[in-house]
Amino acid sequence: MISLKNISFSYNGNMVLKDISHDFLRGSFTAVMGPNGSGKTTLIRLMNGILRPLHGAIMLRDIPMGKIRQDVLAQEMAYVPQVQMNVFPATVFDTVLLGRKPYIRWNPGKRDKEFTSSVLVKLGLDDIALKDINRLSSGQRQRVFIARALAQEPDIILLDEPTANLDLQHQHEVMALLQLLSNTGITIVIAIHDLNLALKYCSEFMLLDEGRQVAQGSHDIISKELIEDIYKVKVRIIKEEGQTFIIPLKPL
Amino acid sequence: MKERKVLDQYSQFTRRKNTFLVIFLVLIIIIAFVSMLLGPSNIGFKDMMNVFAGKGEGADTQILLRLRLPRILAAIMSGLALSVSGAVMQSILRNPLGSPFTLGISNAAAFGAAFAVIILGAGSMQSGGSDSVLINNPYLITLSAFIWSLVACFLILLVARMRGATPENMILTGIIASSLFMALTTGLQYVADDIELAAIVFWTFGDLSKGGWRELVIQAVILTPVLVYFFRNSWNYNALDSGDETAQSMGVNIYRLRMRGMVIASLATASVVSFYGIIAFVGLVVPHIVRRLIGSDERYLLPGAALTGAAFMLVCDILARTVISPLVLPVGILTSIVGAPLFIFLLVKGIGSSQWK
Repeated sequence: MISLKNISFSYNGNMVLKDISHDFLRGSFTAVMGPNGSGKTTLIRLMNGILRPLHGAIMLRDIPMGKIRQDVLAQEMAYVPQVQMNVFPATVFDTVLLGRKPYIRWNPGKRDKEFTSSVLVKLGLDDIALKDINRLSSGQRQRVFIARALAQEPDIILLDEPTANLDLQHQHEVMALLQLLSNTGITIVIAIHDLNLALKYCSEFMLLDEGRQVAQGSHDIISKELIEDIYKVKVRIIKEEGQTFIIPLKPL
Repeated sequence: MKERKVLDQYSQFTRRKNTFLVIFLVLIIIIAFVSMLLGPSNIGFKDMMNVFAGKGEGADTQILLRLRLPRILAAIMSGLALSVSGAVMQSILRNPLGSPFTLGISNAAAFGAAFAVIILGAGSMQSGGSDSVLINNPYLITLSAFIWSLVACFLILLVARMRGATPENMILTGIIASSLFMALTTGLQYVADDIELAAIVFWTFGDLSKGGWRELVIQAVILTPVLVYFFRNSWNYNALDSGDETAQSMGVNIYRLRMRGMVIASLATASVVSFYGIIAFVGLVVPHIVRRLIGSDERYLLPGAALTGAAFMLVCDILARTVISPLVLPVGILTSIVGAPLFIFLLVKGIGSSQWK
């Protein structure tokens, strides 16, 4: 679906990402993990075309991403930034309708509005369709932003820390929703700090440390040694009811 | 089923906004007619209709078509230009304090106009007094006002690019730019003779009585494509409202959109300031009134700001002509007297909040 081929990136001469390669398969739900400053957000922004790699290439269905027009790319790939407040108020409906932007020239048409309302209903946001998003809880706002991404009819959704600032219940709701979407064939890539949430819901993992790709693969790559090495924290890994949990014990 | 309900609710919601726009359009027509009838010489509704039908008396025709109508059209076009520019600047900079005046663009344009008159010789004085500046070359004045407003505009964009368009950064840059151009204007005053001095004072407070049909035509020629451009881009501005990264990920070229928007808004501002002088607060207050009334969806905000701005200026102009009649105050003084407390009121009530929740 989308492949990273030996990409590197630097900010003001500092190498932030070094030689990263990975294939994201259709319908996979990948967690990009690593400590602060490991390059997770940069990777997501590179994949989204907001940043351009210094070396290497990002291929979307074997076409170099740099050759795809940004508005065409927006019909294939959606991006959900970290939850933020709008400067000016906007309703939930208008926010989600904005997801139709890549398809709209002048004004949204009937089909755009119909599609928006179907997404709202699908995500259970129809009751608050005319509420100001600045007045919603962080959890609801995140749902609205995911709805906006869905309104783009994308094959890929990239999310930067989708569970940051959410309470436990909303963290699980959002992750379960993303898992559901990946099951429908949408490729999902998230940058995430919470290892246990990632382990519970994601199917693929990519671990970064200081811009280097340390490990990638499915659940079996997650080991005590790997986590301790990357996060410099002593951990215990327990398995219960077929699930893996990482319990941090103390800094190493 | 549920989808239908949401759609119905949304179309009801947008219908209310459309109704607001229609009401304001009707209101403008009514206020314009009222304004036509107000003035020292007593002209009744019937006399006015006769003039429009081409059967009016000579004096009435002169007063209505040469004095009052150009003034009313000047009020409508200036209010519209400043308000739409303000609304666009607020969206482009994602900053509720954006407006041609607060960002120093009006002062820059006023300096440019004074520069054209004094240094480039685009205007001359007939006798003295602030209302006797004769504009010899309106094109040169507009061009100079535009070029200098671009200088202020690039300063803003430069700071926004380097340090982010935070309210503090923008307002500080605006204060600096305003002070700089005021100082430059004062510098011109220092070297100017008495007659030129009067010409400079003329641009520091806005007055609608200066323009005639020639100025109106130039303004209309500038503003028509400007409005078309802004209305066409309302979806892009909506995308910008939800953040740079979101807008970029939806295929919006944010740098180009910002640059073009600021340049075009500066042009619209220059078209007002170069002919009528600085008219403060309209571009700041009107978009906020509209945001409160119909929300911040740019598809409705921009036409709403255009109509409300025109109505606001018409009312200020009526007040300017009537409060101490027969003396006519410069409208720029009135927009500040009305606009400043209105802005404080909006500030206390919470800028950006809307009744459309």
